[in-house]
Amino acid sequence: MSNAADAKHPAEAESAPRSGSTPQRLAVDVRNVSLTFETGDGKVEALSNVSLQVAEGEFVSFIGPSGCGKTTMLRVVADLQQPTSGTLLVNGVSAEQARLERRYGYVFQAPALFPWRTIEKNLKLPLEIMGFSDSEQRQRAQRYLALVNLTGFERKFPWQLSGGMQQRVSIARALSFDPALLLMDEPFGALDEIVRDHLNEQLLQLWDKTGKTVLFVTHSIPEAVFLSTKIVVMSPRPGRIIDIIDCDFPRGRSLEIRETPEFLKIAQRVRTGLRAGHSYDE
Amino acid sequence: MTNSALALPISGAGALRRHPLVERSAPVVTIVLALIAIWYVASVLMNLSLVRDGFEREETPYTVSDLIVGTMSAERPLLPAPHQVIVAFTDSVFGYAPSAPRSLVYHSAVTLSATLLGFALGALLGIALALLIVHSRVLEKSLLPWIICSQMVPILALAPIFIVVLGAIGLQGLLPKSIISAYLCFFPITIGMVKGFTAPDPMQLDLMRTWSATPRQVLFKLRWPSAMPYLFASLKVAISISLIGAIVAELPTGAEAGIGARLLAGSYYGQTIQIWSALLASAILASGLIGLVGLTERMVGRRMGTRP
Repeated sequence: MSNAADAKHPAEAESAPRSGSTPQRLAVDVRNVSLTFETGDGKVEALSNVSLQVAEGEFVSFIGPSGCGKTTMLRVVADLQQPTSGTLLVNGVSAEQARLERRYGYVFQAPALFPWRTIEKNLKLPLEIMGFSDSEQRQRAQRYLALVNLTGFERKFPWQLSGGMQQRVSIARALSFDPALLLMDEPFGALDEIVRDHLNEQLLQLWDKTGKTVLFVTHSIPEAVFLSTKIVVMSPRPGRIIDIIDCDFPRGRSLEIRETPEFLKIAQRVRTGLRAGHSYDE
Repeated sequence: MTNSALALPISGAGALRRHPLVERSAPVVTIVLALIAIWYVASVLMNLSLVRDGFEREETPYTVSDLIVGTMSAERPLLPAPHQVIVAFTDSVFGYAPSAPRSLVYHSAVTLSATLLGFALGALLGIALALLIVHSRVLEKSLLPWIICSQMVPILALAPIFIVVLGAIGLQGLLPKSIISAYLCFFPITIGMVKGFTAPDPMQLDLMRTWSATPRQVLFKLRWPSAMPYLFASLKVAISISLIGAIVAELPTGAEAGIGARLLAGSYYGQTIQIWSALLASAILASGLIGLVGLTERMVGRRMGTRP
């Protein structure tokens, strides 16, 4: 089982590694990564000396206030941005190599569907780009639309679907080429509470079925606790990890666990971490 | 001339006003009738002194109604009345075989072929330049000033130079005219398509990157379809400009054929009615061409699932 390697932050020492699991390969291995942006009014440290190990099959949530670098973290793993210093391995290879080998699927905050393509063709887009055969494209589009419960919407255009449905299409699209790693940047941030709960449950089932590793950025404490096997609490200016919390609820969770004392205890710890992060500023 | 569209029967007008045909065409008809009315008034006012001088030269007595009738039937009026233009127009369209040199159909066809070839060349050039500009900052910096400068030189001054230079290398007839037309119409397409090719959402571009798509795939699967609305907007501007370019290009070629030739010949001989009917032909041509682009846009839009 992976462990928080960065000993600089005392909070991490508390997070005990999960016992009883066999050693697994690391899906993501981040060591001492920093990233500094040059902006008009000087340098901004988006990530400062961040280290994190994620084992295969884990569901890791990143939570923290705006500007804490959680999205940057995901973009660095996706090789959409390059770190200023530090090393980063994705599936044992460099982030760039992993991107070129199409090892991960990325889900953005907005569905970012292509409005001139039907739902089926949107799903086929990455497959077209990756050179799958026509029949394979058709089969996969069918399979992944079914996985997100959208069979029957093949010929619709994106604007004919609700926001939640569109986001499900974008999740199916990210899964369609079967990457081992799923990167999700506040995928349900723009949706209302009820739709979000529903999609959270569906996402957990999906994670169960597919066994993917998921990195998940969120603003919501209940969402993070409900979904994750591990919660990474981050803090801004400079963006850094202040706590890594294991979250050992059994798989196949239902929304009801949100009322249990264990759940509330972890939520409380996340909240404390977030508050501590904020006090750094003052 | 009264405004007869406004004088529709008031009694039972409710039902009539709500009739779909009336509802749709009433505003257009009103404007057209108003313009025609203004035109008649203007033609009377502008031709008045001309007609009065005529009467006085011949020393024939005249009344006011003689004067007004005279202003609407003069052979070379300053401003011909609408019905004179219509009569001259229908005569020159239907009065001759389409291939006869006096037929307006013949001249329109000559101009149309130069316009279409020029439009095609201009569209290709415009899109190619936009692609170069979008893909390289160096090219953007080096090309864009020249592209903008090219449009600041009056085409009336440039057209004869083009004709002479192209004539010297053996190009005559259709092609030089098309080149002048293309020279004018590529510009809005370049500007529109630069905007269009950079229209994709950063997220969509990031997605293509996560799938490690090739630049070619990004172009054809994302940038090109994103640019469609911009393409059609600029094509509509470009096609009317390319018609103007073709007409202007006909002026220095010795006015052999084409709408431009009719305009030139008309102004040589003071045939204002001929000028106006040539203008009417070019207006009909332009609106037909724009309509065609609009139709294509709607067809493409339907295939691309544009929200109705």
